[in-house]
Amino acid sequence: MRPALLVLPLAAFILVTFVAPLAVMLGRSLYDPLVADALPETLRLLRQWDGERTPSEPVFETMAGELLKARRERTLGRIATRVNRVQAGLRSALLKSVRKLRSAPRPDSWREAMIAVDPKWAEARTWHAIRRAGERFTLRHYLHALDLDQAPGGGIVRQPPDLRIYLPLLQRTLAVSLGITLLCLLLGYPIAYLIANAPPRRANLLLLLVLVPFWTSLLVRTTSWIVLLQTQGVINDLLAAVGLIAEDQRISMIYNMTGTVVAMTHVLLPFMVLPLYSVMRTIPPLYMSAAASLGASFLQAFRRVYWPQTLPGVAAGSLLVFILAIGYFITPALVGGQSGQLISNMVAYHMQQSLNWGLAAALGGVLLGGVFLLYLVFNRLVGVDRMRLG
Amino acid sequence: MLLLSPILAGGGPLALAESLTMVSWGGSYARACEKAFYEPFTEETGIEVREEDYNGGLAQIRAQVETGNVHWDVVDMNMADAVRGCDEGLLEPIVPGDLAPGADGTPAGEDFFPGSLTECGVGTLFYSTIYAYNLEKFAEVKPSTIGDFFDLEKFPGRRGMRRTPQVNLEFALMADGVPLDQVYAILDTQEGLDRAFRKLDSIKDRIVWWEAGAQPPQMLADGEVAMTTAYNGRIFNAQVLENQPFAIVWDGQLLDMGQLVIVAGSPNLQAARQFLSFASTVRSMVAVGRYISYSPARQSGTALISTHLETGVDMKPHMPTAPENVAGGLQYDWEWWSDHIDEMNLRFIAWLLR
Repeated sequence: MRPALLVLPLAAFILVTFVAPLAVMLGRSLYDPLVADALPETLRLLRQWDGERTPSEPVFETMAGELLKARRERTLGRIATRVNRVQAGLRSALLKSVRKLRSAPRPDSWREAMIAVDPKWAEARTWHAIRRAGERFTLRHYLHALDLDQAPGGGIVRQPPDLRIYLPLLQRTLAVSLGITLLCLLLGYPIAYLIANAPPRRANLLLLLVLVPFWTSLLVRTTSWIVLLQTQGVINDLLAAVGLIAEDQRISMIYNMTGTVVAMTHVLLPFMVLPLYSVMRTIPPLYMSAAASLGASFLQAFRRVYWPQTLPGVAAGSLLVFILAIGYFITPALVGGQSGQLISNMVAYHMQQSLNWGLAAALGGVLLGGVFLLYLVFNRLVGVDRMRLG
Repeated sequence: MLLLSPILAGGGPLALAESLTMVSWGGSYARACEKAFYEPFTEETGIEVREEDYNGGLAQIRAQVETGNVHWDVVDMNMADAVRGCDEGLLEPIVPGDLAPGADGTPAGEDFFPGSLTECGVGTLFYSTIYAYNLEKFAEVKPSTIGDFFDLEKFPGRRGMRRTPQVNLEFALMADGVPLDQVYAILDTQEGLDRAFRKLDSIKDRIVWWEAGAQPPQMLADGEVAMTTAYNGRIFNAQVLENQPFAIVWDGQLLDMGQLVIVAGSPNLQAARQFLSFASTVRSMVAVGRYISYSPARQSGTALISTHLETGVDMKPHMPTAPENVAGGLQYDWEWWSDHIDEMNLRFIAWLLR
C-alpha cells in the first residue's frame, strides 16, 4: 500500500501530462469525423452508388445543399481541406463550385451546373475521394506517412515519385542519427577515458568542461554555431584571411546537412560522455597494467580487457544519443537549411503550417513504432539489462 | 480581487483604452504603414494599434480561428490568401458602406481598380516581386531579363528566392521562354509544372531561401547572394535610405495587390472596421507611397503619387505600376493560386527535399 501511495503523485502527473496527450494525438491519426458530420446525407446516398458512373441528380442536389450550409456555417474550408488531402485538386473544385453556385440563381440541374464549373464532378474518382474522406475511422494518415495511398477502387499503391516525401526523409533521419551516434562515440570515448583516469583535480576540471555546455541553453549553443560556420562567419573569415580559400569561394558549412550534423553532434556529446565516464571510473587501471605485464600489447589489452568492460556504457550512451537524435527538432530547424531537415521538421510542418494534425500524429506514430522496433533489436543484440546509464 | 471585479466587469471610465492588433509584413514596409496610417489613425480615434509581423500564409489565422483563440484583428495579406481565407470562413466579410469615396468624390465601388475589392478584402497597394542584384558584383555586363536570373554561366553567384512555390514557378517558366500570356495556362498542365521545376532544378544548389521580406536586401548587402528576388519597395528603400548599390530588373516582375482583411471572430471588430475604413482612404494609400514604392489601389490615387518624404526622390518611376515597369511584367493570378496552393506546396516541399 505504502509504495503505491508514494508513486501516486508522479503516476498521476505522467498520466495527465504525457500518456493522455499522447493517446489523444495518436487517436487523431485514426479518427476524423469532420466530413462525416458535415455531409451525412450525401454520404448516405453515395453508399448506394455503383462506383463507376457519375452519380445521379439527387446526390448532386443533396451535396450542393450541404455544401452551401457548410459555407454559411463557415466549415466549408475545413471540409475542402480534408477532401483535398484524399485527392489533391478537389479543394479548388469544392470552393470554386460553392463560390459560383452561391452567386448564381438556383439551377435546373445541380448535376450539370456543378460539372460546368469543374469537370472533376463527372469523374468517378472524385466521388470515391469524397466517400473516403467521409470515413470516421481511417488508416489514410498512416498510408500517407509511408508514401502510400489508397487507389480509388481499393487496393494500396505507392505515391507518384514527385510526391514521395516521408520514406526518403525517414531513411535520412535514421542514417543521420546513426552517423551522429558514431561521431559522438568516436569523440566521446577518448575524453571519457581521459577524465576517468586523470588525477581528481584535473578530472573535475575536465568534467566541468563537459558539463558547462550541457547546462548551457540549447538555443545559445545552436546560434553560436551559426556565428562560427556561416559564410561570413568566424571560420570562413579566418580561412580567407590566411589565404586558404579565395574570398568568393567561402565554404557553405551551415544551413545544410553539415550544419545539422556538426551542431547536433556537439549538442548530444555530453549524453555519450557521461554514461561512458561513469562506467570507466569503475574499471581499475590495474587491469590494463596486468594485461601489459602478461605480454599483451596496448591494442590487444584495450581490445580484450578494457573495451569489453566499457560496453554497458557504450550501449547506454549510444542508445541515448540515437533516440534523442531521431526526434530532434530545434537544431535542424535552425541550422539545417533545406538539405539538413529531418522527419521531425515535417511533423512540425504539419502541426503548424498545413494543420494536418492527423498526418503529423501518424508520422509521430511511425517514428514511435520505429524506435520501439530498434529498441527490441538492440535488446536482443546487447541486452538492456547490461546497460548502465550512470 | 473582489474589490476590483465590478470595475473590471463594468468597464466605464476605468476601462483600458481601446486597441487592435494589426499584423503586417515587418521591416521597412511596416514602418511605412506605421507612419502613413497607423499613427494618424491613433491620433484621430484614440485607438491604439499594436503591431505584429508575419510572413504571409493562412496557417496562423487558421489555427486561431479553429481553436477559437483569435487575437489578431486586421491582417495585411496578398490577394490569393484573402480570397481563400474568405472561402474558408476565416475572414469577416467587408461592409461596403465602410469604404470612403475617392479623392474626386467617385463612389468607392468605382474608384477602386477592378478586382481589388473582394468579399472579405479591401485592396490597398500594388506591390511587385522583382529580382535585384548588387551593382558591384556585375559592374560590366548587367543582368536585364528574367532569363539572366537563371543564367549561372553569364552571371555566376548565389541566388536568393522566397521559400514558396508562388512567384518562383512563374519566374521559371518566363525564364524558360514562355510568353507572358501563357504562363498560367502552361502551369496548369503536368508537363508545364515539370518544366518549371526543371528550370528551378538548374539553379537549385545555388539558391539561398528567404522567408521574411526584410531578408533579401540584407542578403544582397552582406554578399550572401549575387542576386535575389524581393519585394520592389524593400529594394527601393535600401537604395534611397542606405545608399546600397542595388539595381532592380523589372523584366518579368510579378504584380500583385496587398489587401487588408479582418479575421473572423476578431475581438475588436468595431475598432477593426473603423481602422479598415481609415486605411482604405485615398489619403492613407497615397501617404504610404511617400515612404515606400507601392502605389494606390484606387484610381483617384494614381495622380496623387508624389515624392519620397525623406529624400525628395520622385516616386513615379519607382512604382511597379509605372508604364515602363509594367511592360515586361505579369499580373499575379490569385485565382489560380488560391485553387492550387495546397498541391503546389506539397510538390514544392518534395522537390526541396530531393
